[in-house]
Amino acid sequence: MHLIARRLVTVGLTFLVIVTLIFLLLRLTPGGPFDGERALPPEVEANLRAAYHLDKPLAEQYGLYLAKLLQGDLGPSFRQKDFTVNELVAQGLPVSLIVGASALVLALFLGMVTGTFAALHPGRFIDVALMGFINLGLAIPGIIVAPICVLVFAVLLGWLPAGGIGTPQHYVLPIIAAALPYAAAIARLWRGAVLEALKEPHVLTARAKGLPPSRLLFRHVFPVAALPLVSWLGPLAAGLLTGTVVVEQVFELPGIGRYFVQAAINRDYTLVMGVALVFAALILIFNFCVDLVYRLLDPRIPV
Amino acid sequence: MTSRLTQTLFGSITARVMTTLLCCIVAFVVFVPLLSGWEAEAVDWDALESPPSASHWFGTDLAGRDLFTRIAEGGRLSLGIAVLSTGISVLIGVPYGAFAGYLGGRVDQWMMRFVDTLYALPFILVVILLVVVVGRNTWLLFAGLGAVYWLDIARIVRGQTLRIRSAGYITAARGMGASTRWIVLRHLLPNVAGIALVYATLTVPGIVLAESFLSFLGLGVQEPAASWGVLIADGAGNMEAAPWTLLYPAVFLAVTVWTLNMLGDRLRDALDPHLRRH
Repeated sequence: MHLIARRLVTVGLTFLVIVTLIFLLLRLTPGGPFDGERALPPEVEANLRAAYHLDKPLAEQYGLYLAKLLQGDLGPSFRQKDFTVNELVAQGLPVSLIVGASALVLALFLGMVTGTFAALHPGRFIDVALMGFINLGLAIPGIIVAPICVLVFAVLLGWLPAGGIGTPQHYVLPIIAAALPYAAAIARLWRGAVLEALKEPHVLTARAKGLPPSRLLFRHVFPVAALPLVSWLGPLAAGLLTGTVVVEQVFELPGIGRYFVQAAINRDYTLVMGVALVFAALILIFNFCVDLVYRLLDPRIPV
Repeated sequence: MTSRLTQTLFGSITARVMTTLLCCIVAFVVFVPLLSGWEAEAVDWDALESPPSASHWFGTDLAGRDLFTRIAEGGRLSLGIAVLSTGISVLIGVPYGAFAGYLGGRVDQWMMRFVDTLYALPFILVVILLVVVVGRNTWLLFAGLGAVYWLDIARIVRGQTLRIRSAGYITAARGMGASTRWIVLRHLLPNVAGIALVYATLTVPGIVLAESFLSFLGLGVQEPAASWGVLIADGAGNMEAAPWTLLYPAVFLAVTVWTLNMLGDRLRDALDPHLRRH
């Protein structure tokens, strides 16, 4: 319990550091949000700056932002005048979460099945073939997989819609496209972990006692192999987030990844900062949970 | 080390195939723009969006630009950026890791905790912030990318330094009265160089992918300049009418990343037996 509290404090502090860094980075950047194509009359710009508190000293701006943030308010969007960042995030987050979480589950499933098959026949044809396939998968990024999915399944075969949202079918292709590159990475890791676990003395003992293969795998091999996979889930989730951004772009899904890219192009500071903080918070919370699970799984670490 | 290097690059059929492929791609991006009959940005009005033919081997894009030449030009930019960013990541990562490892103790702990914090951040977040900060300056952006990619190298160099620091020959050298400068220059750096090289090789495909990702989203290299990411984005937007505009750049990107990944893995296994991954 004590340990959990300490970890929570660390998570909170990390988040504060991230908030501060992002805030400073964006405020110290030359060029403001209002120097666009057309120069605004000086009075108008002064009013705008005052409305967004840009005329105050940096420390005060930071204090104001933190105070708002504590109340869960991410501020107005600089560019989309009628929306607050909160509204945009509330619209986009569910879409992104559905795609991201489903892709994570699918990637884990595909990767673990493939990796297990490869690991059970090391050096055989099926292993070599699967590994070749996996290595190829690692070299083909989402920006290629996603358009090819659209071309094959939407345009040529016409099985699934090519973009937009509305029905559950609209989510199928994006989830597959987001999952595939990471399934390859998981398969590679899982194959190594299972191979390693198969060499453990307790697995040899269990095998010598004549345990049926399925029981051997599920009771003795997988729990050991799960440790390296769990410790790698954090970076994996961060990577999937990146993958979802591409997928949202290709399939025209209104998720926060898409807002993020748009905001970066438009230099919509508050929106960039808001989405960045949501991303950072998601990853920190996820890593925190992964850390807890790891401690529960590994009997060598005292709870 | 040299013999192991040749062994890794030419030792087996697979290794030879990959080394050859990589050399072909490099030769392609270096020489084709010089020798090709077409300029990368020249428009052939008689062949807008034409499929591969005798005069345009990879066809042309929507604007009638020769894809063969554009892929070579794009490869120049993609690979050039990757090498530049990798150089920067080595310049940051090696001293950082060596410093942390050599000093040890509390300093080391804090320096590595900082690295761990950065590891936890999603790449997309850092890069997009970078885009907002440096704006549309491509070279600055990718120099910044190198500054994001130094974590692996720093971590590995630190581990190696820690291991070497307590090695017998360092203690011996110190016992014989060698200065810190001498130890760092003669014993530490040469032993860290191999590993830094391996991880630099593995960083290059990572940055090629990162560049293509950013350019695909419209945040990296901008038209009319070409990089593989720009070409793939172009092709993806136009794939129903002209699938070859997506296919060729995609194949080039995938094959390059694949060969670099495989060779990097082999180098790591050969030069870095302690850290062998699966």
